[in-house]
Parts: sequence; C-alpha cells; structure tokens
Amino acid sequence: MTATLSAPLAGEPFTETPCAHCGLPVSALFSDERAQFCCTACATAFVMLQTHGLGAYHHFAERRTAPVAPSRRGFADFDHAAFHARYVQIAADGTAQIELALEGVHCASCVWLIERVPLLVPGTISAVLDVRQSRATVRWDAGATTLSTIASTLDALGYTPHPYRGGEQAALRRREDRAMLVRIGVAGAIATNVMLVAFALYSGELNSMDPATISLFRWISCGLTIPALVWPGRVFFVSALAALRARRVHMDVPIALALGAGAVRGTINTVTGVGPIYFDGVCALVFLLLVGRFLQARGQRAALDATEQLFALTPMTARLVNADGGEQHVPTDAVPEGALIVVHAGESVPTDGTVVAGRSAVNRAILTGESKEVTVGIDDRVYAGTLNCTAALRIRVTASGDDSRLARILAQVSDSARHRAPVVLLADRLAARVVVGVLVLAVVTYLLWVQRAPQSAWDNTIALLIVTCPCALALATPLAMSAAVGRAARAGIFVKGGEALESFSRPGWLVLDKTGTLTRGETTLVAWRGDEWTKRLILALEVTSSHPIAAGFQRAWGDMVPAPVASATHTIGGGVAGTVEPHHVVVGSPRFVRSLLPNAVIPAWPEADGYTAVIIAVDGAVAAQAAFGDAIREDAAESLAALRRRGWRTVLLSGDTVQSSMRVGIALGFAPDDIIADASPEQKAEHVRALVSASRATATPPCVAMVGDGVNDTAAIAAATVGIGVHGGAEASLSTADVAFTRPGLGALVALDAGAQGVMRVIRRNIAWAFTYNAIGIVLAMTGHISPLIAAIMMPASSLTVVLASWLGTSFRTEAR
Amino acid sequence: MSVLYVVVPLALVIVAIALAGYLWAVRSGQMDDLETPGIRVILDDE
Repeated sequence: MTATLSAPLAGEPFTETPCAHCGLPVSALFSDERAQFCCTACATAFVMLQTHGLGAYHHFAERRTAPVAPSRRGFADFDHAAFHARYVQIAADGTAQIELALEGVHCASCVWLIERVPLLVPGTISAVLDVRQSRATVRWDAGATTLSTIASTLDALGYTPHPYRGGEQAALRRREDRAMLVRIGVAGAIATNVMLVAFALYSGELNSMDPATISLFRWISCGLTIPALVWPGRVFFVSALAALRARRVHMDVPIALALGAGAVRGTINTVTGVGPIYFDGVCALVFLLLVGRFLQARGQRAALDATEQLFALTPMTARLVNADGGEQHVPTDAVPEGALIVVHAGESVPTDGTVVAGRSAVNRAILTGESKEVTVGIDDRVYAGTLNCTAALRIRVTASGDDSRLARILAQVSDSARHRAPVVLLADRLAARVVVGVLVLAVVTYLLWVQRAPQSAWDNTIALLIVTCPCALALATPLAMSAAVGRAARAGIFVKGGEALESFSRPGWLVLDKTGTLTRGETTLVAWRGDEWTKRLILALEVTSSHPIAAGFQRAWGDMVPAPVASATHTIGGGVAGTVEPHHVVVGSPRFVRSLLPNAVIPAWPEADGYTAVIIAVDGAVAAQAAFGDAIREDAAESLAALRRRGWRTVLLSGDTVQSSMRVGIALGFAPDDIIADASPEQKAEHVRALVSASRATATPPCVAMVGDGVNDTAAIAAATVGIGVHGGAEASLSTADVAFTRPGLGALVALDAGAQGVMRVIRRNIAWAFTYNAIGIVLAMTGHISPLIAAIMMPASSLTVVLASWLGTSFRTEAR
Repeated sequence: MSVLYVVVPLALVIVAIALAGYLWAVRSGQMDDLETPGIRVILDDE
C-alpha cells in the first residue's frame, strides 16, 4: 500500500472517470490529486511509474485492461542460496541471470514496461521479455540489488514472477524448432528451383527444345532432388521405417513409398535419357509436407509446455524455529516432519502442518476454489500453498516438499498428462486404409499392364504411386486446425493443439466447476432487508476494510456517498464495529453481533438460507440484514441450455457444500443426479477419470470436458479428454488446460463447440477433395493416361485446394471481431 | 544456347548464398521469437 494517497475521500462524488492505470470505470474510492484508481494496487503501480519517469506507459492506446492484481507474497525466498543454486546463473563478470515466468503478460505495453524494469530497480542490468512464452530473462548486479527487490517490483506491476523450471526442455525444443526450420528452408529453396527447371522442360516439350539442353535440365533436377531427399526428406523415410518395424502403417508409409519410387525411377530415366522424371512433384511434396508437419508440431508443443509451466506455488524457503526461539531460513524441501516453522502475515504457507500457536485468516482458494478466507486456530490443519492473511502462525510440519497435498495434486497433473491416451485423428484413421488400398491398386496396375505393354508397366505403376500420394490428406488436418486455432485466439479462445478441437467436436460429458466458473467467484450482495438510511453508515465502516464482504458492499453501493467515519475496529472472522456520528454501528456475522450485543434480537430470514448472513446493528438494535453469496454469471443459463441442445450432458462438480451447489445447480437446470458437491481436488479428478474410462468403451469416444478455474480443478482438468480453463482462472489451471478462455463468461464454451464442429466440417471436406483428386488420378494412371505434365499439375492442385479450403473455413469466424 | 551452361549454375550459386543466409539466421536464433522484437521496435521511447 502506498502512503501518497489520500484515500478514501468521504464525500467525493461517484464519477465515470476511468481508472488512471487500468482504464476501468471507478467509483471515487481511491484518488490522489492527479487521478482516480479502481484499487490501491493500480494506484501503487501508477505512482511508481510516474515517479520513475515512466508515465509514457499511460499514453499507450493498448494496455492492460484489468486491475493490477499483485500476489503480495513476500519474495524473500528468491534471495536464498538454495534458490540461487537452482535457478540463477552467474556470468563471468559477476552478474547474475535468471529466467522468470510471468503472469499477466498480454500485449505490446507489457513489453515496454517489463523491459524498463532496470529504470525502476537500480542495479538491474537488463530485462528481456518473450511475449509469446510470457518469459523474461533478467540480468542484475548481485552487489547492487537483490532478486527479491526485482521480483516484488514486477509483482507490484501485476506481473507475478515465478522461477522458470523447464529450462532444459526449452533448450531442447528450441533445437528441434531450428532443425525443422532449416529443413523447411532447404526443401523450399530446392522445390522452387526444381519447379522452375520443370517449367522450362514442359514448355520445351511443346517447342522442340534442343536435346542437349533437355539433358542439362534433367541432370540439374536430379542433382537438386537427391540432396532434398537425403537431407530434409529423410524424416519421412525414418518415420516410415519405424512404423513398419512396429508393424503399423501410417501416412508416412505411402509418402515414403511415393517419394522413393519417384526418385529412383526419375534417376534411372535421367541416366537413360528417356521417360518421365518426377523430380518436381517429389520436391514439392517434401516441402509441403514439412510445412504441414511444422504447423502440427507447433500446436502440439503448446499443449506439451503446459505441465512444465506449473509454477512453483509454494515458497522455496521456510522459516524454521530453532531451539533457542530464533528463526532461520531453510529450503522448504529440507524441512523435516515434526519441525516447528513460523509463517508471517502475507506469506504463503510452505508446508502442510498443524497450527500450534496463533490465530489468523487463511485463504485456501488454491485447494478449495473458495475465495472466502477461513479462520484457523490451534490444532487446525493448514496446507502448503495457502496464503496466511492476517497474523503470524506457528506450525508443526506434517509434510513438506513433494509429500505436501498440493505437490501430490500437481504430481497427478503431470501424471495424467503423460498417460493421456493419444487422440487418433480422423486423417490418421483413414491413412491406414489408404495405404492398403494404394498398394493393392499398384499391384493390380502392374499386373494389368505387364501382359499388354510390359515397357510401360513400371511407368504407370509409379505414376499411380505418385498421384495417389496422400499429400492433401496429410495437409488436411494441420492446415484446417492451425487456421481455426488462429481465428479462435482472436475470438478469445486459446486452443493448445488441434487434437482438443477434434475431441471437442464429439459431444459427451461437460463437467463444470461451480465457484468462479458458473458463478462470478466474488462475494456479491444477493439479498437485503433494511432501511435505506443505514446503507451510508454501513458503507462508512466497510470502506475501511479490504475483506471480501466489505468489497461486496462497496460493489453493490458504489454510487453512494459513505458517511464520515469516526472510528472502526475490525475483528478477524467476525466483523467491524465503530462509530459513525452520532451512531454506534456493528456490521458482522450473527455470532459476532450476538457477542457484542447479547440482548439484540435477530429476526429469522428464510430467504437468506444457504448464503452468508451479515447483521447490521445500530445503537444496540438490529437495523438491517444482508445476505452475501456468489452470483451466477449472466450468460451461464443460456450457454448451458445451448450446449445441452447440442448433445452435451452437463455435470456440476463442486468443492462447495451440498446446499449451495444444489441451489446453483437446480437454478441452472442440472439434473439432481448430475450435481456432485463437497468434492476434494483428488475426488474431482477421480470423477473425471471415471467418466473418461467409461467413454473409452465406445468406438469413437465422446468427449469428457472439464471446465474449471482454480488450482483445485487442475488435476481434474488434466484428467479430462479436453480440459478447459475459464477467464480469470489460476495460472496453474490455465496452463494445464487444453483450451483457455481469454474472455469472461461461458459464451466462449458455445463458440468453442460451434467452432470445433466447423473445423471438423472443413477437415472432412478437405479429405473429400483429396479423395476426389486421388480417384481421378487412379483412373488416369491405371488406364495409362497420366503424363508427367498431368501429374505435375494434379499434385499441387490437390494441395492448393486443401490450403484454400482451410483458409476460407468459417469456424470461429463469426466470433472473431 | 551455351549461355545456359553459365547462367543456370550461377543462379544455383545465388540460391545457395541466399539459403546459407537463411540457415545462419535460423541457427543464430533470429527465428526463435518472432513477436517481441517487432513490438519492441515500435514502442521505443518517444
């Protein structure tokens, strides 16, 4: 929090002025003389930027449109030796370097801001951001500043940093990526030049080219094609051989066959000087297929990255209490069971344990999905990763490191990701049949011709192999998928890997989390009973608090002017009591009000059952009652109805109580049997796994999709056929999900369903085109009518048709702005 | 048409040079991040 603000200003009128930092409309709760803010976090960030001469940030047209949401956790563990040993590299000149994964990186202005961190933190040498990966490489002078200072500055700007763990895999993947680009470049350069030579030869055929020139061009083609096959084209032969060794056939088998047959026959014909050479077709094939493969790999990689990016959600170090009562930082992994640790207010709990001293509010959202803080006292259990909000706790450790509950849940996540059954794509299923069909036809062609015209039997068989090469089939899926994924991203739906789209096109079970997914996940005033004049008094007390209930009152009555407040005392887990002249006001839970005013009569209020009740007493008597709950998202009912019409069976899977899950579930039209409440993260994953294995029994398994937002849903998201993370969800669940929404609400689910069906339509159409071309080609080849010119026209034509059809596909188009 | 014996190999040499340039760019990491450098350029200090 910053001291430079004169907030809150009682009596300031509500205005439509946008927040000076994030641009959202605000009530005038936080303002200084220059500007108004929606929250203290935005105000802090604004002041920090202005005082360091980085005010230009606020002139960018495109910048973050969400309030700054710092984690406010302490980053002291970033300075510990154990942390440095693991993540920090020291260069020869003594500067230190680390790769940090950042939350909340979106757009151009983020690059500008993050790369100017050296101006904000003296001693930082450079910060280089990779927007796509949300990773920053930070270099600093270890003598001049500490990593924790840099980390908390990034956090205050809304980019919560985590050490990046996948360094080795990232380097490996970068090498693979470069190798692929090299192959595409070589294949492309050769293909275009062989094509140029081929044009000369074809036009030469019509204009009686001189035989020496023809021979020259044929030799040049041959000389170019052989390197194209042994260097970039080798991948197809290697893959086809591997498939044959495993006694399976896939698309690479006929591709390798066509490439090999074409090249061998072409070379023989070049040497003898008669007959067609197929080099132009062979080279074009290698190039186009490599491009298709690259697109596919890029999609798959996004999905693979996910589990590695699971951030370190627990602090790296714990404060161990020594025998003499002193505190000592030790690496979390090294904390023995039974040790005594202390966790200060604002810190994450590093291990599982039992509270032995202290009383505090703990936010367990990471495990339960409920953002409500829970009061814990002596003998209560606390878990690693939860946030200690208000006071220091002493904890007897029961499990740390990999044994903690959070670590076990996250281990399940990477486990499910590893053991996930691969999606067999439609094109791959067809490929096996294509292979057999082509080989049979090739034999038939040879036998037919060998009796009638033995000299052209080989030529016609090879022509058949080349024109039936499933080039368009191999391109059909990756092209349609990557075009759709691009359009989906513009529509606010981030799809990792095309397989998710193909799976999602077969409606099955749609499992939804409640809090934060179907509901807004924030405390909202849902019912009110009392006089109008008391509202100003309540607001007066509540603006002094940052409790969720207080925030709920402020959101509900943001346009009201709070009365001036004389004094206020907050009680953790109870409420607030204070003086708003001339009244004494108490706002809090029924128990809290009763404890302060034993004689007060609290009237029954049946409508408020299942909600959090708040009692308001003025001058010793109950004056009003309010009920708080989690409001259902506006578009939830409509979206769910649309999805059910499309054949999805919806299941509500919540960690919340039976009562509130039923209330939300029935309101949204879930069948009572399909409402599962009170599920722990482990049970959620178990439910989803059961559905997935039940669906496997059928030939084309219907999709089991899990939609969630919290870390507590992460294991279930990973276990589902298609895991979906909603907007505003925890970074861990978003990175695990196959599909992440970058726009709020459930309308994106409907769009995803329509888009997935659309993609499959395009793919089926592509495959139909490919088969049509092949059918024509087979007839021509078997009857001996394929000339090299026709083969050269037909092959790129079929691929081009597929490219155009994919590009013109309409999936997600209506959604994209 | 004997000029072809000079011109065609020459064209191939030029292609080889261009290809070598591309391979150098890939291997020195210029294709690793295609997004950020473009943004960085337009956002320079005013």
